Amino acid sequence: MNRPLNSLALAASLSAALGAASAAPAVAQDDMVKCYGVSLAGENDCAAGPGTTCAGTSTVDYQGNAWTLVPSGTCETMDLPGDRMGSLEALDRDLPA
Amino acid sequence: MAHRYNTLPASAGVGLKPEHYREILADRPALGFFEVHAENYMGAGGPPHRYLEAIAEHYPLSLHGVGLSIGGEGPLDPTHLARLRHLIDTYRPASFSEHLAWSSHGSEYLNDLLPLPYTAESLDRICGHVDTVQSALGVPMLLENPSTYVLFEDSTIDEIEFLAAIAERTGCGLLLDVNNVMVSSVNHGWDPVAYIDRFPVDRVGELHLAGYDETQDSAGARLLIDAHGSAVRPDVFRLFEHTLARTGPRPTLVEWDNDIPDFPTLLNEARLAQQVVDRVADATPKAAE
Amino acid sequence: MSTFESFAAAIANPDLPPPRGLSSVAGANDPLRFAVYRNNVHVSLVSALLKGFPVVAALVGEPFFKAMARAYVAENRPRSPVLLHYGDGFAAFIASFPPAQKLAYLPDVARLEYAWRQAYHAADRPPLTLAHLSGIPSETLPEQSFAPHPAAALIASSSPIGAIWSAHQQTPPAPLDTGAAQSVLVTRPHHEVRLTVLPPHDYAFARALLDGASIGDAAARNEAPEFDPGTALVGLIGAGAFASPETAQ
Repeated sequence: MNRPLNSLALAASLSAALGAASAAPAVAQDDMVKCYGVSLAGENDCAAGPGTTCAGTSTVDYQGNAWTLVPSGTCETMDLPGDRMGSLEALDRDLPA
Repeated sequence: MAHRYNTLPASAGVGLKPEHYREILADRPALGFFEVHAENYMGAGGPPHRYLEAIAEHYPLSLHGVGLSIGGEGPLDPTHLARLRHLIDTYRPASFSEHLAWSSHGSEYLNDLLPLPYTAESLDRICGHVDTVQSALGVPMLLENPSTYVLFEDSTIDEIEFLAAIAERTGCGLLLDVNNVMVSSVNHGWDPVAYIDRFPVDRVGELHLAGYDETQDSAGARLLIDAHGSAVRPDVFRLFEHTLARTGPRPTLVEWDNDIPDFPTLLNEARLAQQVVDRVADATPKAAE
Repeated sequence: MSTFESFAAAIANPDLPPPRGLSSVAGANDPLRFAVYRNNVHVSLVSALLKGFPVVAALVGEPFFKAMARAYVAENRPRSPVLLHYGDGFAAFIASFPPAQKLAYLPDVARLEYAWRQAYHAADRPPLTLAHLSGIPSETLPEQSFAPHPAAALIASSSPIGAIWSAHQQTPPAPLDTGAAQSVLVTRPHHEVRLTVLPPHDYAFARALLDGASIGDAAARNEAPEFDPGTALVGLIGAGAFASPETAQ
């Protein structure tokens, strides 16, 4: 339904929701989020992502010209939606070594 | 004279890695200082700044830039200088250093410290860049000697003379990376001890140590790679001791940026470096400030 | 071409010979020595993507990921030395990368990982609180709009990207608990990044509010019968989606 929201209806809806939120004992705001949607737990420390380096590497990352890409990760074994069983197509083009 | 360019203590420090934030704050290990790559703290906010603030309350901080491209052909990026200035104003680090290298060309950032020919022309250009940095940041800087894998036919000035001339003309200090001396010396057939002996040690405000990897060039000659992914090699430790005998105790950083070990392993490297500093300080009491 | 220009060009394009004017201790230029620089640049940027997109990497495996990342790096070198933001186009690249076409969820997982990283580094701002919401006079509520929190992002997907991400927070990944489409709200109300899978009927409302629409206009866009504007608003504010107006510039 497409309902233009009047201020009374909104205020009533909000007041009910706020009432429900504050009914929880000793609500810290951080705790409330868990009541909304599905909260996903993940690692927060040491997760800064890529950084700079002033170092080189002796790991040579060589890639030939014609090659085939075959996934070898969890997409093969996890029960993921999508046509994961189809073999991935080879990419035939030049890439830098 | 170590305090001419910075206020770091003449003892061993390590690079600060996010993997070690919590352990450092919990244990507060005895260390002279922590060094951070400036570019990793150029996000607007969030946990990295919170950790850095907390750690900077207990340790001197060395700010080490890796992306300013001081050796580059074009003018320095004013946006990047402003980011550095902001970090310096926020954290008041005890030292700021950058590299004799380039990494940006046009609008591209190449994420490596690239070499340059040493000529009268490049000397003029780099002195101009160092002047710009020091006036934009309001602090003296240390310029680090590079590790290189190639030479340039056009070079007319020896690397040490080139660095000494920059320091002389701009008043900047030098960061002497002992591992870089070893890497470049082996790669180019120089004598590493002679390199140290000719280096203008009164300009040195900090030393760096790191581990190199070894491979071979097309002719089968030893080619050292500045990999920062292992413990400091024994020959570099020996060269470090020789260096300290000339410079006297200096702030010394152990760099370990790839395959980052657990914190006790890194701390042990710093302790090994500190033992050398202490030995030299005992042997040459007058050199200690 | 200057030395720098030809050096940079030869790093970018391995089909080009090393720049002229290089030499080695043996005299002649050795292409293998120049290759160290080319390798440093490519390997470090591929590693940066690997660090920034760990779930994508786990999904396709490291060899596939590295090949895909290498192709991205070849066409998209950083424009800034601040690598915290590198990889902003990686999700779109994956969507257009032929060998990954059949993994429909992969670009959205990459979008989620990029949003996570940006939230981690986003500016510190106190989030809008429920106390603030309670203080708004009810007659002006429909016209009220809020500034999104600097860390807030909303990633919509026709795949269960929240469940996929969540399953990969352990090794080996946990079994998926849903196959349904999911939209994930990324926030960092204080010091920790949080991911919240939105109730599906709240997506359009959340999207409109984060884009700056008023509460009334945003609510009018939601047609699902289960949608309740009060519950959605309290939930979004509780998750830290909006910035406190006290510190707004």
